[in-house]
Amino acid sequence: MIGFQHYLLLATVLFAVGIYGVLSKRNAVAVLMSVELMLNSVNLNFVAINRYLVTDHAVGQLFALIVIVVAAAEVAVGLALIISIFRQRKSVNLNDFNLLKW
Amino acid sequence: MNMNDLVFIVLGFITLLGAVGVVSFTNIVHAALSLVLSFLGVAGFYFQLQAEFLGLVQIMVYAGAISVLIIFAIMLVMDRDPNQTNISHPVNRWWGGLIALLFAGIIGFAIRESRFTGQAGSPDADRVGQLAELVLGNYVIAFEIAAILLLVAVVGAIILAKGAKEQ
Repeated sequence: MIGFQHYLLLATVLFAVGIYGVLSKRNAVAVLMSVELMLNSVNLNFVAINRYLVTDHAVGQLFALIVIVVAAAEVAVGLALIISIFRQRKSVNLNDFNLLKW
Repeated sequence: MNMNDLVFIVLGFITLLGAVGVVSFTNIVHAALSLVLSFLGVAGFYFQLQAEFLGLVQIMVYAGAISVLIIFAIMLVMDRDPNQTNISHPVNRWWGGLIALLFAGIIGFAIRESRFTGQAGSPDADRVGQLAELVLGNYVIAFEIAAILLLVAVVGAIILAKGAKEQ
């Protein structure tokens, strides 16, 4: 019988895959995509909690909606930054982005 | 096993398959398409959790807009052989895998040991109406700030990607 805990476990696995992608990938676009996976798993948690634990109003869905808005803004700005830095460095490898390191 | 469980298993398989594809394909275009598959699986979960509005928003915003944006950006910044664009760092991949496994193990154990109280809401509740009342009622300031955030992000993204003119 599928219940609340299965949704939480699935979101945990999704988040862990996102963590692995963020820590191991060298391509800046791949890191952004992994961050999207993590945001999706958090949204799934919000909606599942709203469905199973909070029964009288839809505030979890509202939070998920606002997270989607912030994620869209984050992707737009992040990809613009990557395009802008690609123009200078001719690379999307995170190891080449060391302008602010010394 | 009833229909609900079967749908959960199929959707979970699709979602996790897409997520694993994002981190395992070495061609980043394939990884982006795999990400779309994962987004669609999550949208299916929203439908199953009676959040129909969020499911449609997920399909439109994530599977529609964000994935197109990501694929366009990938094509603008392709700098080498496409099959080498999504490789992992040779050392950090082991650390990353270890940390991810530890995270999943600890949180999964905590979830298994926890007891949650509360009952599933009635399936015929008007969730879209409740959501509308919240968005334009108690949380109207967050809604307006989200609108301003989107506007600022669009303007900022255009200026960043286009490059400011040297004075």
